[in-house]
Amino acid sequence: MRHIISILLENEAGALSRVAGLFSARGYNIASLTVAPTEDPSLSRMTLVTSGSEGVVDQIRKQLNKLVDVVKLVDLTDNERIEREMLLIKVAAEGEERDEIKRLSDIFRGRIIDVTDRAYTIELTGDGGKIDAFISVLQPRRILEVVRSGVIGIARGSITVKPDAP
Amino acid sequence: MELTGAEIFVRCLRDEGVEYLFGYPGGAVLHIYDALYKQEEVKHILVRHEQGAAHAADGYARSTGKPGVVLVTSGPGATNAVTGIATAYMDSIPLVVFTGQVMTHLIGDDAFQEVDAIGITRPCVKHNFMVKDVRDLALIMRKAFHVATTGRPGPVVVDIPKDITAHKTSYVFPQDPTLRSYKPVRDGDPAAIRKAAAVLAQAKRPMVYAGGGVVLGNAATELTELVRWLGAPCTNTLMGLGAFPATDPLFVGMLGMHGTYEANMGMHECDVLLAVGARFDDRVTGDLDKFCPNARIIHIDIDPASIQKNVQVEIAIIGEAGLVMREMLAALKGAGVRLDEAALKAWWHKIDAWRARHCLEYDRANTEVIKPQFVLETLYRLTGGDAFITSDVGQHQMWAAQFYKFDKPRRWINSGGLGTMGFGLPAAIGVQLAHPDATVACVTGEASIQMCIQELSTCKQYDLPLTIVNLNNRYMGMVRQWQEFFYQSRYSHSYLEALPDFVKLAESYGHAGLRIDKPHDVEAALKEALGQRGRLVFLDFITDQTENVYPMIAAGAGHHEMHLATDRELA
Repeated sequence: MRHIISILLENEAGALSRVAGLFSARGYNIASLTVAPTEDPSLSRMTLVTSGSEGVVDQIRKQLNKLVDVVKLVDLTDNERIEREMLLIKVAAEGEERDEIKRLSDIFRGRIIDVTDRAYTIELTGDGGKIDAFISVLQPRRILEVVRSGVIGIARGSITVKPDAP
Repeated sequence: MELTGAEIFVRCLRDEGVEYLFGYPGGAVLHIYDALYKQEEVKHILVRHEQGAAHAADGYARSTGKPGVVLVTSGPGATNAVTGIATAYMDSIPLVVFTGQVMTHLIGDDAFQEVDAIGITRPCVKHNFMVKDVRDLALIMRKAFHVATTGRPGPVVVDIPKDITAHKTSYVFPQDPTLRSYKPVRDGDPAAIRKAAAVLAQAKRPMVYAGGGVVLGNAATELTELVRWLGAPCTNTLMGLGAFPATDPLFVGMLGMHGTYEANMGMHECDVLLAVGARFDDRVTGDLDKFCPNARIIHIDIDPASIQKNVQVEIAIIGEAGLVMREMLAALKGAGVRLDEAALKAWWHKIDAWRARHCLEYDRANTEVIKPQFVLETLYRLTGGDAFITSDVGQHQMWAAQFYKFDKPRRWINSGGLGTMGFGLPAAIGVQLAHPDATVACVTGEASIQMCIQELSTCKQYDLPLTIVNLNNRYMGMVRQWQEFFYQSRYSHSYLEALPDFVKLAESYGHAGLRIDKPHDVEAALKEALGQRGRLVFLDFITDQTENVYPMIAAGAGHHEMHLATDRELA
């Protein structure tokens, strides 16, 4: 089953490699991984999407918690949550296609952020399903380049992932 | 007053109470070696290879419970130490390893003797640190010792660029080494402990399976009290030998691949299994589908990641083994219940029948060729079971584990998890330094000993009166055994041609050497060596080439599918 795990990590050189190394050394899957500093510059927030049997995911959580650089770990899978991914997509846009692509982008609440005579670059955010759907409607056209950020996630309501939260 | 990084390094070691530093100098650590030269509190032991430094510090740590400390230079100094670091990691041994590093401004330039020590050691350390500012040095060192020695212990590497050791700052020994992201658990959950006690109290066929965690957690006393109160059979893992007294009638021997018949059959038929400080290693469990098929399992461990990793258990208690077992015994006594006496009696009747198979029997009557088991039995008898025994890896290791009855923890020093050949001799150096008046014997084989033979020179330099028990069968014995059983006796590259003359070799290092090839000379030779309090004696026992380690559970079989020596067939 797919799990989305949020981690607060010491914002130190090498911390990311400890997480990535753990996954390769123990043969765990990583579907996506994003990381950036938080409002507290000493901490990074990582969102990790993985999959496996309950036993494997249990081990993943425990092994991650064991890393000395991991300050806090919450498996968001158990919570109501919001997931977002960002897509930057460059698509060939010529002739009458230009209007159609613009309309599709509007329907998906995308934004055209760069324009040339022959192409649009569109920015889109949403959960993975929405991003997949948008790429798939553009598929019959000529997609020049796709960049996806990987998933970030946050729990709904008052639940927070903080160093001293229980 | 400001001190250099090198001076702070030495002051920190002193303030941590470090007695011995095992190391080897080189360019990146010369400032530190200069600071070491100017003081006498921290004693530096010069090894002959950095792997030896890590193993010697490891032997020191295993035999004392204190952290072992290592100092090596950058590049090859660090990579040579990696095998020793990984050995300590697999067996959860507290080591603090300082690696020199090239100057900060050269890092990443492929400078002379540069390696990414942090990256290379990352998968085999509990944690590692790089020092980027001399003002952080003291605190990082303090944290390194804290992390290495608390919770589930393990090796910690601190990488120190050369320029940091020359920079100056003021020195204060940091009082608080705690990290916000590292909070090891101590006490077990009282509700889980009560529940476990209730399950134990109902047991009709209880079994206690204790591992290295009991030794590392200094919980042998608590284990012994609990087992004796229960009246249950107790088995120890290879790493746990000595956690429960081997001469106690409740002890059924080691379990696992080369464990005793009674221990493994007891595992297979028990109805409640109490696992303490053990991690259900594959060499212990055999086929997981056939593991303890009838048992409710209780698991005490300090590492949450050890719980439900290989075996699903009913009750998990995360905490220090000693504290948890003390609470458990109190809960059992408080509940005022005893185990069903009749059931326990019937259980012991069964165990005694398994014992009567005498699974460790061998050809004692042989007067022609030395049986390796006979050497170890004699060593046990002559030392009264009170020696420190270090071991290398292979058949001799299993025989030592089977035939030397350890009544005390921290006496049996071997590489269990990683199985590092070459461990025994340097480990013995660390043990003997920590216990200068104790008898320390290194049980080894002609293949293993050659992997770190250069440390005989270190033994000479520091006058370490070790007894080397070399069981020389001219084969990599365990490899030969597997080839005999599973590869139709095709002995591919397991025969050691061109062996050195170990007697002359020992003598050339300044030690005494003896070759023994008849069973009736074994006792006299051991007596001679053990009586030499002033010097190292290398005993080269020419042993039976065909002897195999029994009993044996083939890989992938269950505990009840053991092969005894009398079966003489396998696979």
